[in-house]
Amino acid sequence: MDQDIPLIEVRKLVKHFGSVIALSGVSLSVHRGEVMCLLGDNGAGKSTLIKTLAGVHRPTSGDFLVEGQPVAFTSPRDALDAGIATVYQDLAMIPLMSVTRNFFMGREPVKGVWPFRHVDFDHCDAVTREEMHKIGIDVRDPHQAVGTLSGGERQCVAIARAVYFGAKVLILDEPTSALGVAQTSMVLKYIHQVRQKGLGVIFITHNVRHAYAVGDRFTVLNRGKTLGTYRKSEIAIDELQNLMAGGKELQAVSEELGGMV
Amino acid sequence: MANTTQPAADLSSAQTVKQIQDERLKEVSVLTKIMRRPELGALAGLVLVTIFFVSTADASMFTLAGIMNILSPAAQLGILAIAAALLMIGGEFDLSIGSMVAFAGLVFGAFITLSGWPLLLAIAATFVVASVLGGLNGQMVIRTRLPSFIVTLAFLFILRGLSLVGLKWATGGSTQMRGIGDTAGEGLIRELFSGVAFEGLFAWLAAHDVIAKFPNGVPTVTGVPVSIVWFALFALAATWVLLRTRVGNWIFAAGGDPNAARNSGVPVDRVKTGLFMLTACAAALVAILTVLDAGSTDARRGFQKEFEAIIAAVIGGCLLTGGYGSAIGAFFGAIIFGMVSIGLTYTRFDSDWFQVFLGAMLLLAVLFNNFIRRKVTGER
Repeated sequence: MDQDIPLIEVRKLVKHFGSVIALSGVSLSVHRGEVMCLLGDNGAGKSTLIKTLAGVHRPTSGDFLVEGQPVAFTSPRDALDAGIATVYQDLAMIPLMSVTRNFFMGREPVKGVWPFRHVDFDHCDAVTREEMHKIGIDVRDPHQAVGTLSGGERQCVAIARAVYFGAKVLILDEPTSALGVAQTSMVLKYIHQVRQKGLGVIFITHNVRHAYAVGDRFTVLNRGKTLGTYRKSEIAIDELQNLMAGGKELQAVSEELGGMV
Repeated sequence: MANTTQPAADLSSAQTVKQIQDERLKEVSVLTKIMRRPELGALAGLVLVTIFFVSTADASMFTLAGIMNILSPAAQLGILAIAAALLMIGGEFDLSIGSMVAFAGLVFGAFITLSGWPLLLAIAATFVVASVLGGLNGQMVIRTRLPSFIVTLAFLFILRGLSLVGLKWATGGSTQMRGIGDTAGEGLIRELFSGVAFEGLFAWLAAHDVIAKFPNGVPTVTGVPVSIVWFALFALAATWVLLRTRVGNWIFAAGGDPNAARNSGVPVDRVKTGLFMLTACAAALVAILTVLDAGSTDARRGFQKEFEAIIAAVIGGCLLTGGYGSAIGAFFGAIIFGMVSIGLTYTRFDSDWFQVFLGAMLLLAVLFNNFIRRKVTGER
């Protein structure tokens, strides 16, 4: 396939909820082996954009192309089938269920003939253990409940699950927002690994430093509009910060406090 | 997809997996593994209750006849409790199952006596009616997003009321409908739903002096009541579905976090609707079993069974918040129930202690379950 065709491209995407205009002209694209950071403050429309890309919402107008072909998803399932996997903030993980059961939730491999068709849990356990091992998470026992894993580990399990099930594009919704320093670096490292595998990653965050650490390109979203996309070489970290916060005000506050916010 | 890797790669990865497995399995203590089973509390409770009755009750309680006496009410409750447990794991309640027993009994009785349908057709039609009502319950809960507690509480009264009105209408003023047993006739279908099973085996055992018999050679217990067989089969099937199948995983997921489950592609609404249909059908099964056994039905059938079923499910390890529990636990919970309710009559205690015991047991089970959950999930 042509390397120049983006995995996902949206142009002038608009989404209205009744009289509320959530998105009013969003354009962005993500290519293979690229981490595209989507930056925006609270209320910028990040969640709506993610949910539109993930097939939860249908855009009111605008173009949505997957590998150059226009698509119209009607459910999250459609997006998944097209290779777009979304890791939500709540991770779509169930704390009371085992790591294995979570890993294969909704996509359990079955064997045997009806009515004796059952989930091949031995295979599931083996795969889970292996996938966890690959990303360096010490899952002593795949039957242990997800609730026993740390936040960073859960995030990595959620990403590993999406990768294992053949995602071409990963949409990560603020994967580092609730994490400590060590766990953040664990997740960022894993995002880098995923990029090297040739997947496209849309990394949503409002933390510029986390974005700058792994991002190749940055798209800034403000009040439902994209303010522009910049390569890493084109923009410095504090410029990005100002752009995201809408410019002047933050600069002023920052000076008042005597440093970077 | 990762399943389509080369065979060679598969082999080597299988080996590494094996290694990892061996190295790490040792770290999981046997205790943790046992603690992780939700039915642990129910099993421990059953052992305790058995010890209590073995030391206080008349020895006749643990003869074959005594055990059948305990298991008969346990079976009727247990069929409801197992279905209720699955529904609770799926994150919902059904308070209408008790009333559903009465209503399904009326419907079944009416199909037999008023419509004169053959037994098989009447049974099938009763299950269809129950499924539709269960599905209605489920759809109302899903579409209105009201707590199932409220929706099914409404159905508790609606169905109980309909049973009374319907019985009076069908019988011309009575709240009891008789003659169902006689009209239903005999045959293979009848044997599946009433009487006892394994009569040949029991006769053989009596002939060889393994079990007690009357002087004329007839065993004192002629067989296992079919309700107990249904109970055991249902428990096995439910446990297998819950632990080994895709639907089982979906039930846990739907109850654990419906949003997360939906985002992962689990058809949560279908799973929940199916579970409501299952509880209604379990109620219909109990109705058919008891109606054919007694030959009649009345409006008080299944009275307060919804609470007993939920209690048995909770004793069996189900969390009230859903997403955790066990079908075999509900099986043990129902047996505890049967043992205590019948067992007290074998002791010198007043059998009204039953209710006190029940409440205490429920409280203990809930506390124990919460403790175990924190332990298992590392919740702080």
